[in-house]
Amino acid sequence: MSLWQGKIRRIDDYRWEIPVDYKNGMKVPGLVYADNRMLDVAREEQSLEQVANVAFLPGIVGRSMAMPDIHLGYGFPIGGVAATRVRDGVVSPGGVGYDINCGVRLLRSTLEEEEVRPKIKELIDDLFRNIPSGIGSEGKIKITVKEIDEVLSQGAGWAVHHGYGSQDDLDVTEENGCMKTADPDKVSERAKKRGAPQLGTLGSGNHFLEVQVVREIYDEKAAKVMGITHVGQVLVLIHTGSRGLGYQICDDSLRTMADSVHRYGIVLPDRQLACAPVESEEGKDYLAAMACAANYAWANRLCITHWARESFVRILGKKLDMISLQQVYDVAHNIAKIEDHLVEGKNEKLCVHRKGATRAFPAGKKGVPERYQDIGQPVLIPGDMGRCSFIALGTERAMEETFGSTCHGAGRVLSRGAARRELRGRDIAAGLAARGIYIKAESMGSLAEEASNAYKDISDVVRITNEAGISRRVAMAEPIGVIKG
Amino acid sequence: MAGRFEVISHTADIGIVVYGSCLDELMTSAAEGMIDLITDRSRIGSSIVKRIELEAGDGEILLVKWLNELLFLFEVERLLFTSFDITIVGGNRMMAKCCGEEFDPTRHHIKREIKAATYHNLNIVKESGGYSARIIFDI
Repeated sequence: MSLWQGKIRRIDDYRWEIPVDYKNGMKVPGLVYADNRMLDVAREEQSLEQVANVAFLPGIVGRSMAMPDIHLGYGFPIGGVAATRVRDGVVSPGGVGYDINCGVRLLRSTLEEEEVRPKIKELIDDLFRNIPSGIGSEGKIKITVKEIDEVLSQGAGWAVHHGYGSQDDLDVTEENGCMKTADPDKVSERAKKRGAPQLGTLGSGNHFLEVQVVREIYDEKAAKVMGITHVGQVLVLIHTGSRGLGYQICDDSLRTMADSVHRYGIVLPDRQLACAPVESEEGKDYLAAMACAANYAWANRLCITHWARESFVRILGKKLDMISLQQVYDVAHNIAKIEDHLVEGKNEKLCVHRKGATRAFPAGKKGVPERYQDIGQPVLIPGDMGRCSFIALGTERAMEETFGSTCHGAGRVLSRGAARRELRGRDIAAGLAARGIYIKAESMGSLAEEASNAYKDISDVVRITNEAGISRRVAMAEPIGVIKG
Repeated sequence: MAGRFEVISHTADIGIVVYGSCLDELMTSAAEGMIDLITDRSRIGSSIVKRIELEAGDGEILLVKWLNELLFLFEVERLLFTSFDITIVGGNRMMAKCCGEEFDPTRHHIKREIKAATYHNLNIVKESGGYSARIIFDI
């Protein structure tokens, strides 16, 4: 693939600017968080061009940004952040993506590695049986297309009402697990048909559930507030989203907005960036439908949490209150949110698109759970299945620079085809086993596509966001068991 | 020129370039290419026939709509198709006769889940020998 030859200038060790005059039509400059080495990796594909393309969106403010986990997306780069003015800017469904509210949920336990490791195979096998996964997988929850409206409007609260969690879980979920702007009437029957049988399923691709062990703590005080107290403590990380419901809502909206682009005379370099004014009927309808998918995803992750708790209780032979498995936090990393931010010193209502980026609000900010008001919002950054994951916190600097956003994961460096050619699922499972990681996957082929070598080293990504000051590292954990779709 | 497709590399996702001597054939190549990314198409029987009619603002939107319709049918009705008989009218309306069968996990090995066909840099190009298009899928 050809090297990206566009204009980019170094601001400092971790910041690079694509000047606004790079491409005719850019309304703001681009800003990429990367070190020298990562920028070179990004140049090998066209993701930096995508950063420049996003800068075309009407009403975009600040800069079109990319986090260090940037990689080639469709329309937006993955790792992209773009904020548009609500009063005269647009919302772009491609800036959220198909898997609306794909996100991560972290549970902490009172269990030690020594207690879990001898039973890891049994535990992972039980989790694999208990949590439906894989392509087109159907859940154990039987809801009709009619009942799904309740999930869409109530979000994780629906799961709590149906015995899949408690208020404690909602208290530490972004938006408390429910965006009130959701309107199920704005969701197509087709989307509901896809979503109804899939509630409570992990799905496929890069979605997973990991049993992890804390390996390092960088900030003991903040970690303690999150209930992470020592090295060797067992955690559970769940990564999934809104399944077919979200894919269909995105597809439906893109089709509508292909027309909106003509109607509002919007000029874009890529059709996938299709958009409509935030305050237009199309814009409002999309945000109301997107909120439904976000709510579905929060309910989905809570149902999976419930079954994970069940499996731990069954295999460890201890009551739930003995092992805790309380939720630390749950973040969305594919979402658009209406938020208040300072733009050139003035308060402005913005539509912040986070496409493979995580909200990173600082201490004291509205929207951060009561429990975390003194430390800031927890940021959960999963690595790939062979490497570690990080827990971080939002910062003031993120508010000033990135509209309160940071990275979301490792970011791919190897294409799926190349990963498949170079790596074989079975060898990967054996390699992981040799390193003490037991994995159970629905598809060995997709396992190869998700192997460590296909991703940037998460430690590098987190080092850059840490050094750049847009989130602050608190702890690191490594997997000992994984289930994948 | 017979309809055909090639898989192309994309870091996060996957794509295909599809060819056809006419639009009907281009749509057939695209469907065949996408199904091949999901499973081994030669192992899909053809006991079920389904007729699909679609209309869109232009050829590109029609192409994406068509592929996403097949993904929808796979997810909701659990149908996998192996062969297609397509007629395009006026460049933006299509009638398709699809032959396939119900997904059977014991016989149909699923290679990967495709979330959607995207509009990313999508352009149906008319060349001397026919048509081509580059389609990126969200995986």
